Amino acid sequence: MAYSDKVLDHYDNPRNVGKLDADDPDVGTGMVGAPACGDVMRLQIKVDSQGIIEDARFKTYGCGSAIASSSLVTEWMKGKTLDEAEQIKNTAIAEELALPPVKIHCSVLAEDAIKAAVSDYRGKHGEKS
Amino acid sequence: MQEDYFELFGLPQSYEVSLQTLSERFRDLQRVVHPDRYAAADEREKRLSVQYAAEVNDAYQTLKDPVLRAIYLLHCRGVDAQMENNTVMDTAFLMQQMEWREALDEVHKCADPEAALDNLRRDIVEAMQSCQSGFAERWQSNGEQLKAAEDLVRKMQFIDKLIQQLDQFEEALFDD
Repeated sequence: MAYSDKVLDHYDNPRNVGKLDADDPDVGTGMVGAPACGDVMRLQIKVDSQGIIEDARFKTYGCGSAIASSSLVTEWMKGKTLDEAEQIKNTAIAEELALPPVKIHCSVLAEDAIKAAVSDYRGKHGEKS
Repeated sequence: MQEDYFELFGLPQSYEVSLQTLSERFRDLQRVVHPDRYAAADEREKRLSVQYAAEVNDAYQTLKDPVLRAIYLLHCRGVDAQMENNTVMDTAFLMQQMEWREALDEVHKCADPEAALDNLRRDIVEAMQSCQSGFAERWQSNGEQLKAAEDLVRKMQFIDKLIQQLDQFEEALFDD
């Protein structure tokens, strides 16, 4: 199957790969996985005192579409508030990367990773999500 | 065809399957349904024999694979394991998956890659066996126990994928 240029770009030059300290109170960590393909994704956000996401990192084991989806959302999340980040929808990810129908679940994985990271951060700060 | 895969092979519906019995029955069934035997038959019989042979083959592939067999047993109970949609699983398990994948990436840096791979494989196979025995105990239950069985099948999927990667990696490593 042919990957789109945008997927290939993120795959060849993934943005923001890496790890933040999961024990840091300013960091939220989201771990998600897709049993059907065995993909595992870790997405982390660092939130500043104004409630803005100042940094985002990811590590993904999976296909090109899963890597591109997570790389893309780390770019999108930076500078956003938590509420804004939660509004990122898998359909927007899939559209930006021109994912074919069989790869839509990769964008769903990335959306779920955002939710998991935000929810982890909120949990640390005693907020209900 | 109305009967389920287990009935087709004359086996009790169980997670524990004797692979030897399974492959013996498979050969017997193949002989009976092989389309060559119907070379002289009419079109309808020929078509049926092809269909039947394909079904026997599907059944064999499903029953012999520990992960597919588990998914099939859940299916027999009317449960769809929802592999596509279930993305949030227990964090500790996913962290372990990530650590194992990272370890596999790092294996070539080890002084003794072969020993490192062996250790990794031992841990992973152990985790797989623990999922399998947990599933065998639970899949016939209801409620929380059945949910736990579904969860174990999803975990098996992850581990199975990892074992495939391990196999590919090992092949590449010892090829050169």
